[in-house]
Amino acid sequence: MYGLVPASHAAGSFGSLPAMLAFSTEPLAHLRPLDIAVIAMYFVMVIWIGFYLKGRSNTSEEFFMAGREMTAWIAGLSFVSANLGSLELMGWAGSAYQYGILATHWYWVGAIPAMLFLGLVMMPFYYVCKTHSVPGYLDLRYGGSARSVAAISFATEMILMSGVNMFAMAVVMKVVLGWDITFSIFVSSIAVAIYVGLGGLRSAIFNEVLQFVLIWGGALLVPILGLVQAGGVAGLKRQIMANMQSVTGVHGDSYFHLWRDTGTFAANPMGVHWTGIVFGLGFVISFGYWTTDFLVVQRVLAAHNLRAARMAPIIGSFFKMAVPFIVILPGLLGLVLLQNPDGSRRQLVGEDVVAACTVSSASGQVADPGACSAAMAKTTLPAAYQQKVLSAAPDSELHSYNQALPLMMVRYLGPGLLGLGITALIAGFMSGMAGNVSAFSTVWTYDIYKPLINKKGSDSHYVLVGRLSILIGVAVSIGAAYLVMHAHGIMDYVQALFSIFVAPLLATILFGMFWKRATGLAGFLGLLTGIVFSAGLFMWVKLVPSALASVALSPDAKPMAENVFRALWAFIFTAIVLIVVSLLTKPRPVAELEGLVYGATKLPTEEPVPFYKNEYMWAILVVVIFAALNIIFW
Amino acid sequence: MHGSGIPIWFFIGVLLLAYGSMIFGYGIYEWVDVAYYGGQYPAGVQLTTLHTPVWWGGVLALLGLFYVVKFRPGQAGK
Repeated sequence: MYGLVPASHAAGSFGSLPAMLAFSTEPLAHLRPLDIAVIAMYFVMVIWIGFYLKGRSNTSEEFFMAGREMTAWIAGLSFVSANLGSLELMGWAGSAYQYGILATHWYWVGAIPAMLFLGLVMMPFYYVCKTHSVPGYLDLRYGGSARSVAAISFATEMILMSGVNMFAMAVVMKVVLGWDITFSIFVSSIAVAIYVGLGGLRSAIFNEVLQFVLIWGGALLVPILGLVQAGGVAGLKRQIMANMQSVTGVHGDSYFHLWRDTGTFAANPMGVHWTGIVFGLGFVISFGYWTTDFLVVQRVLAAHNLRAARMAPIIGSFFKMAVPFIVILPGLLGLVLLQNPDGSRRQLVGEDVVAACTVSSASGQVADPGACSAAMAKTTLPAAYQQKVLSAAPDSELHSYNQALPLMMVRYLGPGLLGLGITALIAGFMSGMAGNVSAFSTVWTYDIYKPLINKKGSDSHYVLVGRLSILIGVAVSIGAAYLVMHAHGIMDYVQALFSIFVAPLLATILFGMFWKRATGLAGFLGLLTGIVFSAGLFMWVKLVPSALASVALSPDAKPMAENVFRALWAFIFTAIVLIVVSLLTKPRPVAELEGLVYGATKLPTEEPVPFYKNEYMWAILVVVIFAALNIIFW
Repeated sequence: MHGSGIPIWFFIGVLLLAYGSMIFGYGIYEWVDVAYYGGQYPAGVQLTTLHTPVWWGGVLALLGLFYVVKFRPGQAGK
């Protein structure tokens, strides 16, 4: 799951996957015994870890907060890994294939400033007030109403997103390996339920670190070998510059610039404007995700002291900046290296085109030639290849942008290594799902069950509720996966949940944390009306597609721009409601805001440490690298 | 991981060592079996002459061995 904007997903890039299930497709690759052994060993290891940690998850503090004893490195890697889902990997590799390094914005400006802000500015408040969750902070700051709105919306989002991602992952496994959908869903989700249910957050974090290493071990070979074959970075650039204008209609040079072509919506292939990238993505969406989404914040709250909690996001930001090497670069390399079986350049297309051109397993012909022809007419596929597709000729199958990464893996990874690559994808999926269910379990137990259903349970009772909620959460996720399989239309709506909730929640927390005057009623009303406003904007564009031009302020805007501008408007709307209602209602005494609000809290002093252990020194280094990368790829 | 118990890095080392050894061994088998590329190897896999399984498997195995030794249970490195 993207955490940070399932933007590509919310925009529908995985939305038409279900259509592919209705037809038989030849898998891209076949696993050898060595590959299967590699994958099986991974499952054995993660379940073993769950059993091993079961004895250390007996109290609620151990089960839900991992005993608050994680080092900065463990918390930092887990923080990044929970976000690095397999759909994230494949979705953004596909986006790089379509848009070039513009997609990197979601890893750099769309993550790094927010991660530093969390570590240096916000973490002390989360840590000092000893909250168990982000809704828990809202409870302390605004009261139970705001907490309940945040908790219920977050828990719903987590469980539905988990199901949708589970289904999308199973579809990818079917397309790539020919695996049965039900097999993929049950094997992966039961494994997650076992190791998180047994070991709680500690087990989830433990496995996320393991999965992070495996993701790199399995995916790193693709860009290395791709660069070797392309003739290095210079060769890649040369080939894209030479070929892309005629193939995609976009000047090849645009694939290598982050900012240069964002002065107007029409000048770049993504159809975005720099104001949307900076304020919508770089501020609202990014800060909303990395500083208020409990899925990732929970990992940092498990740190063993305040300094470790501040260092964790900073350590994570180094790795986040490096992720484009295994995601964006393979997408770019796929542009020039992927080939059809006859040796011609393979051109990937949108999911809608793949779905329109599927071949019926019964007749062996394209099911709807008219729709297929119309869909391909909007692409730059060569006419001769379009004819081959229409006649269902051998080796004429179409592949979507989202398959860029699996296709590159199949191209370079032989027996054993392919198993490692597939393990990387499975590990990515499982780390995301474990993040979903562990965060769901904590919020359900602490912010819904405990305050609203049973306030007087014992500690062991709440641990039991937490374990059961993980099992129930996984079961509901499986149900959601099958619901999506049979009611394809809801996929877009579920994937939009994150982008609907994130902006109002960010505004509510920022005003709560930095403005003493913000009141409880303002927090509740701001959050609630902000969510309604954001959902309204989403539905407006959904029902009236031309409204996109109004939301994103340009007729040239594309869906990616809608996501970032919708978040910006929702943030501003929530802020206005918060300010107005706060000024009309009575604030809490400042003395009650100790530990919750900047200016009313005495932050704990930290012991002096050598410069190489100081979080500010590392944060400055991150800023320097971040600035250099943006200048180099300007 | 902070506190007592087996550190996470040991688990990672074990898995990397196992993966690396298996892939390295298979890579050597491929390399010495001249007939392999003519028949059994998956069609379409590129750059086979680089013998990627040998060096990548070796890197993973060495990295895994380092973590296993450094973070083995009961050692100061954990």
